[in-house]
Amino acid sequence: MARHLLMAGGGALGFYLLTSALSPYDDFQIGEIALFAVALAGLSVLTGGNGQISLGHGALMAVGAYTIALEMTHTHINFVVELLVSIATATAVGVVVGIPATRLKGPYLAGMTLILAVGLPLLADKYSGTFGGDQGLTTTPPTAPGSVNPEEWLAWIEIIGALVTLVLLANLMKSRFGRAFRAVRDDEISAALAGVNVARTKVLAFGVSATCAGLAGAFLAVSTGVVNTGEFPLSLSIGILAGMVLGGAGSLMGVWWGAIVLVYLPQWSTSLSNAFNLGSGVAAYLATMIYGVVLIVVMLLAPSGVQGGLRRAGLQLQTTLQRWRPE
Amino acid sequence: MTTKGPTVLGVEGLSVSYGAIRALADVSLTAETGMITAVLGANGAGKTTLLRTISGLVKPSSGSIRFDDTTLTGLPVESIARHGVAHVPEGRGVIEELTVEENLRLGALQLAGRRQRRVALDDVHGVFPFLQDRRHTHAAMLSGGERQMLAIGRALVSRPRLLLLDEPSLGLAPIVTAQLMALLQRLTESSELTVVLVEQNARSALSVAQRAVVINLGRVVVADTAAAISADDDLRHHYLGF
Amino acid sequence: MSLFLNVTLNGVANGMIFAAVALALVFIYRATRIINFAQGAMGMLTTFIAFSLLDKGLGYWEAFVAALAIGFVLGVVVERVLIRPLHGKPEINPVIVTIGLLVVLEGLAGSIWGNSSRGFPPAFSQTGLRIGSTRLDFSHLDLFIVGAVVAVMLLTLVLFRGTNLGLRMRASAFAPEIARLLGVRVGRILTLGWGIAALAGSLAALLVAPTTSFGPYFMDLNLVFGFTAAVIGGLESPVGALVGGLITGLSISYVGGYLGSSLQPLGALALLMVALMIRPQGIFARPQARRV
Repeated sequence: MARHLLMAGGGALGFYLLTSALSPYDDFQIGEIALFAVALAGLSVLTGGNGQISLGHGALMAVGAYTIALEMTHTHINFVVELLVSIATATAVGVVVGIPATRLKGPYLAGMTLILAVGLPLLADKYSGTFGGDQGLTTTPPTAPGSVNPEEWLAWIEIIGALVTLVLLANLMKSRFGRAFRAVRDDEISAALAGVNVARTKVLAFGVSATCAGLAGAFLAVSTGVVNTGEFPLSLSIGILAGMVLGGAGSLMGVWWGAIVLVYLPQWSTSLSNAFNLGSGVAAYLATMIYGVVLIVVMLLAPSGVQGGLRRAGLQLQTTLQRWRPE
Repeated sequence: MTTKGPTVLGVEGLSVSYGAIRALADVSLTAETGMITAVLGANGAGKTTLLRTISGLVKPSSGSIRFDDTTLTGLPVESIARHGVAHVPEGRGVIEELTVEENLRLGALQLAGRRQRRVALDDVHGVFPFLQDRRHTHAAMLSGGERQMLAIGRALVSRPRLLLLDEPSLGLAPIVTAQLMALLQRLTESSELTVVLVEQNARSALSVAQRAVVINLGRVVVADTAAAISADDDLRHHYLGF
Repeated sequence: MSLFLNVTLNGVANGMIFAAVALALVFIYRATRIINFAQGAMGMLTTFIAFSLLDKGLGYWEAFVAALAIGFVLGVVVERVLIRPLHGKPEINPVIVTIGLLVVLEGLAGSIWGNSSRGFPPAFSQTGLRIGSTRLDFSHLDLFIVGAVVAVMLLTLVLFRGTNLGLRMRASAFAPEIARLLGVRVGRILTLGWGIAALAGSLAALLVAPTTSFGPYFMDLNLVFGFTAAVIGGLESPVGALVGGLITGLSISYVGGYLGSSLQPLGALALLMVALMIRPQGIFARPQARRV
């Protein structure tokens, strides 16, 4: 616990310095990185920690986003309360989905969550009265105190949210719950024999990851100012999967790599297509194609992602150094 | 004891590891045409690993396996099978979802030409008449002994030159085991078949084998004629349990 | 009443499409335990290639057959290049690769052919058939769809049950290790299975293309519904794919007809969840567990 807090503290300090030094637009992007880190962390715990794959976390983010937007449109309560309500709603949806999901293995589960990713946003289309249809709903960011930049303020909130989430998740994974997650991931039958309630563990993992997705979605809603179905296409869910895979499934430190890629990829791919004169048609598709390529390449070459690769490199370094240690 | 024909199977210096665990260390043995060579030893001694390495399911870390003029080590499993090596794994290895006839036909597919396959199937039906009666039964419905017959029949249908049997008597009634051993004896005497028989039931194996190899903890303890090993009381008590 | 009839007929026609996609998924799943999420997208790609061929002046049926052949080759290539290297690794890895492939293929199609608003020409008339004085919402094209899929289904059954190749394929799927010990070249069989599955997927896409707005994502919903159909049918049997397809097609059609089309995916989700609660192994499941 102490180590986690120390790392979080260091991270907080680093981010503070960064946001103070950079422009409001950069602050906005740092905030985006933080919120995607939250979403990725939740998925990482679910997939890397508990062995359940989900293609539907974009939809869960949508739940968080729409909830907070609805709250802001219809009520005037405290921002923190609004945030908590969105998180709770997303968690509830996650639990509802997680229950039948306990009966499914890998690809079946992926398929079911795929349907969720495709189908849930369509609900907003159907009931466009409530959900604002194509235009969507608008959100208002929390007012910044005094002379602080609103973008900076929001970025800090998102960063704090991310660091708190990561610390809590790290502690969760070290606790008996985390052990239960991993036991179920590795061998359900052995876990059941050891006394673990497999179904409840799986639902818990799903719920936790949904909580993270909900928080990330709420942050996304507030930072972009608008929520509509266009923000949550299937490619978002796949992008989140790609980001998690890239960072390394199960790695909480690795989520930052994935988050950076998710946030900067649209820019990078536009520059890329401009550099090669590929035309605007390609640019639109290039970002999502790169997600796909990432998934394929990482799976084929380095299934444990960047963090895993770094960890392996670190272990190599350790063994090399040990050999040089004088006896 | 007259030696029959040239050496068919030659295993030399075979070492196999599963990760950090050494399953076989420097194992060498030979098996000759028309003979039954028994591979004996306690559970976990490495007997199954030996057969799986010969048939190619497991890759050795060192050593070689030769079968007549061909080097088997490094070949894919299906190539080794097509060279005339039939491996009946532990637990029978019948495909439950297929019928008896389909299991047999699968074995016959290695033979070229419908007539050859028909003849081979008829031969096996002759050896195991019940396989013909129960042709359309799903293999899942067969008893342990019947599955054993099916597995061996399927192996024989491909007209192998080397038959690797892993614990065929496991779970079988003693009478059935005796019949099985008698069958193996008949087959090796009448054809060019070489049999390597892994058995925990050392007594029944020694009753039909001409040669035997005793393995303990992945190493060859002794390789000799079956008669010599049967006669060695200390050896029997220590490694073979009787 | 005529709404009910039309919705039912629609359901049957759509159900056949889902059955074709389901068949492709079943083929691959039986052989390799992988669900190919890129199945729809692969079909979409071959359909776009057919589209280009038609543009270049090739006859309709020539382009059709060419697309099927290209689909087969695509399946073979994907298996050898992307799936085979992952043999022996955790089963989820190739599934993730197919998800990546899905996205790459859609992006590729979008980049190459853009968002063209042209449609895919139909092989047969799309006007409803007439019975007496009523015009049904079921056209010659729909009839062709039903016929084509049923034909493929029958061919698959004949292949599996009646041929030596089919025997090898079943053995490779049920017990790959034993099959190898019997001399079956399991690797090649798997590749062939992917090729055939891709063929079925291409057929589904070619059949559905004229009836819908033709863009890179046009197979997404069909994949979703095909997946539902396959799971309901049991993921192990071609007959299950057909039955699952019909059930899904009819259910989705009723949801669409009476509740609105945007609720159809959620309808599929609900159907899937109900099916999983009642009979998780599917309607035509095998009674025994698969041998490793």
